[in-house]
Amino acid sequence: MLTFVVRRVFQSALVLLIVGLVAFSMFRFVGDPIDNMLGQERTDADIARLRTELGLDQPFPVQYVKFLKGAAEGNFGVSYRQGRPVSTILVERAPATLELAAVSGFFAITIGIGLGVFTAIRRDGFMANMIMSVSLIGVSLPTFLIGILLIYLFAVELGWLPSFGRGDVVHIGWWSTGFLTASGLKALILPAITLGLYQMTLIMRLVRSEMLEVLRQDYIRFARARGLKERSVNFRHALKNTLVPVITVTGLQLGSIIAFAIITETVFQWPGVGLLFINAIQFVDIPVMAAYLMLISVMFVGINLIVDLLYFAIDPRLRVDQKGAK
Amino acid sequence: MTFKSTLLATAALMAMPMMAQAETLRWARAGDALTLDPHAQNEGPTSALAHQIMEPLVMRDMTGAMVPALATDWGPSADNPNVWEFTLREGVTFHDGAEFDSEDVKFSLDRAMTEDSDYKELLASVKEVRATGKYTIEIETNGPNPIMANNLTNMFIMDKGWAEANGAVKVQDYEGGEDTFAAKNANGTGPYVLVSREPDVKTVMKINDNYWGKDEFPMEVTEVIYTPIQNAATRVAAMLSGEVDFIQDVPVQDLGRVAGTDGLEVRTAPQNRVIFFGMNQAAEDIAGDNVDGINPMSDVRVRQAMSMAIDRVAIQKVVMRGQSAPAGMIAPPFVNGWNEAMDSSSKTDVEGAKALMAEAGFADGFSITLNCPNDRYINDEAICQASVGMLARIGVTVNLDAKPKAQHFPLINNLETDFYMLGWGVPTYDSEYVFNFLAHTKGEKYGSWNGTRFSDTDLDAKIEALASETDLEKRNMMINEIWTVVQDEQLYIPIHHQVLNWGMSSKVDTIVAPDDTAKFKYFTLN
Repeated sequence: MLTFVVRRVFQSALVLLIVGLVAFSMFRFVGDPIDNMLGQERTDADIARLRTELGLDQPFPVQYVKFLKGAAEGNFGVSYRQGRPVSTILVERAPATLELAAVSGFFAITIGIGLGVFTAIRRDGFMANMIMSVSLIGVSLPTFLIGILLIYLFAVELGWLPSFGRGDVVHIGWWSTGFLTASGLKALILPAITLGLYQMTLIMRLVRSEMLEVLRQDYIRFARARGLKERSVNFRHALKNTLVPVITVTGLQLGSIIAFAIITETVFQWPGVGLLFINAIQFVDIPVMAAYLMLISVMFVGINLIVDLLYFAIDPRLRVDQKGAK
Repeated sequence: MTFKSTLLATAALMAMPMMAQAETLRWARAGDALTLDPHAQNEGPTSALAHQIMEPLVMRDMTGAMVPALATDWGPSADNPNVWEFTLREGVTFHDGAEFDSEDVKFSLDRAMTEDSDYKELLASVKEVRATGKYTIEIETNGPNPIMANNLTNMFIMDKGWAEANGAVKVQDYEGGEDTFAAKNANGTGPYVLVSREPDVKTVMKINDNYWGKDEFPMEVTEVIYTPIQNAATRVAAMLSGEVDFIQDVPVQDLGRVAGTDGLEVRTAPQNRVIFFGMNQAAEDIAGDNVDGINPMSDVRVRQAMSMAIDRVAIQKVVMRGQSAPAGMIAPPFVNGWNEAMDSSSKTDVEGAKALMAEAGFADGFSITLNCPNDRYINDEAICQASVGMLARIGVTVNLDAKPKAQHFPLINNLETDFYMLGWGVPTYDSEYVFNFLAHTKGEKYGSWNGTRFSDTDLDAKIEALASETDLEKRNMMINEIWTVVQDEQLYIPIHHQVLNWGMSSKVDTIVAPDDTAKFKYFTLN
């Protein structure tokens, strides 16, 4: 067990290092940050001085090693764009993204499972077919278009919800939350729907097909024959058995909700890490880009590591193979 | 009238003056200020925010005219042409109550001249700043500088004591890894006091009740809430839904939508920015074309032909939806040295252009790559696309290469492009600024944005002489001579002057400032 864990952790660390190396080798294709940092009046001498000062004249492996050394000490450098420590900025921005991800994840799971069960039970019903057709929009329309359409309808035409920002936030320690104010809650609705719509559709379709599969099983028929209530059959017996693959997929999707909130955050001017990353790319803010990419890869590697360890715990065959290999 | 309604009416009456006192203006534009440190970034949105909180010695009002700010009087010394004298405003206090005097000015200007300052180039001619009295200051330059004051309009004054107490004596640098206090806090003398700031999210300012110009300016806006909204569609939606009162950077395709909405208005004015193409005109062969042994654009006739092939009116109508003014020279109209004859000299003449091409020996044309930014100027890539078709009419086959600005501008600086788009604004409102960066031979001190490889030592000498020519009439003659060379050589192909659009709700009333800097103390409210 221990060797497996150690080996897994070691592999994860290796993956992280490679991700970082690839990221650093890409940065010079994004452009040159110097022009953005110096004003129109800069001379060639200024450019050369700043380039040396930031170490941008070094080959990228050297820059990467420098970054790793700093990161090991918890120092991700100073943002070229804001002139403030990257770690401070990330801590400031993380709550916005995490709250948005949590709300849209919750929305996707509850509505997705609910509709999935409904469309499975009323397989050929009119409503179920309608929902299935409409859900195609969720998978096929790009996020930014959904966001703009929602803004147009609910902010511009109806004037019910704000079109941008987080509303008023309350600071609790270093965490800033929009859950405690009316404007903060209102501001969450549109971005959360935009971000969660795709996941919701995915979960709904997954639940539906799993459910249809389970409903055909003998034990469901026996349960019905035993005269159990329809509700109890559907939710206690059938749904529970469909949830295993749903949970796996949902767990993996949660990572992508956080990582790919970039577009939603840009459309709604949501002050999270995704918007920060977009700004960083436009400005060629290398320290922010590097820290963000590393953070996201840590998250994905972490999720995968946990999943692997869970498999190990659940699936005895893995353990047998281990012994067999030795 | 019942008792209840009387009570309500009384309450409403009592509430009215209070409401009139708190007039909040919600302001949005595409980008946020990068820092509050007034000398760290010489960049539009950064100095626009600084202008609300801090003040320079002299500033530009909303029409672009130079007006007194912290200095009441200024001019070159009668005894020594190398010295400028400034009389400072008395009785001014910083937001924290500290008194403003010449020590603060000396401290701030010295700070702006340090290595990490983004404003040091504008003060490059300064030898020394001297506080000669509590409210007088002298700036000595290396040789006379006739436009010293023009360089100071964004040179903000900080409180010396505050900076020293908070470790903000140094301009923020990127190496330290620590927050510079001055990047997140500000203590100025300006009309608005910083209340709170979250970078890229929200900045709140309230009126400075002790402002020296409280009776001089309208000062009707008592609170400013500034939220950057990056996405153009979202920015317009926020304006349409009434969540903001005033936006900058209205996308040209949405102008009609905003202007056509009840209670909203779009105001336009020519902007201090001209858009043009630069060409490599060095004699040696260039790699980017398909002609061997010679660079076609080294022939002035080819450059003229290319300029004549561009239909600026079509670009104005189709690409810019009317939001531009065709240009004939690379200086905006309010700049000293601009003249109407030159600015209207660009004519579209395809037949004439073809004749010139044939005369130059390129009747069959040639092919060239045009480097163009796609996120810097209004519809930049679309302008380049339109130009590709126009140049094809005289046989010049253009391959368009549009990139983000972070990749585009290094091409110009490193002389890696033979044909490129560039835009230029003139913060000093004087032609010398244009020549220094765009016409002078590229070198250490001058010509850093001149990607044309054009080099004329006589012209360089004339440009350098402008810096110390104090006889303004003679200086203007010299400026005109230099412009004649720039025009005759067709150094650049001017396209148009950008037009600024400000969207505002009908409650807001202001004229549009050519430098795109809204100064809220001038705003009035309906």
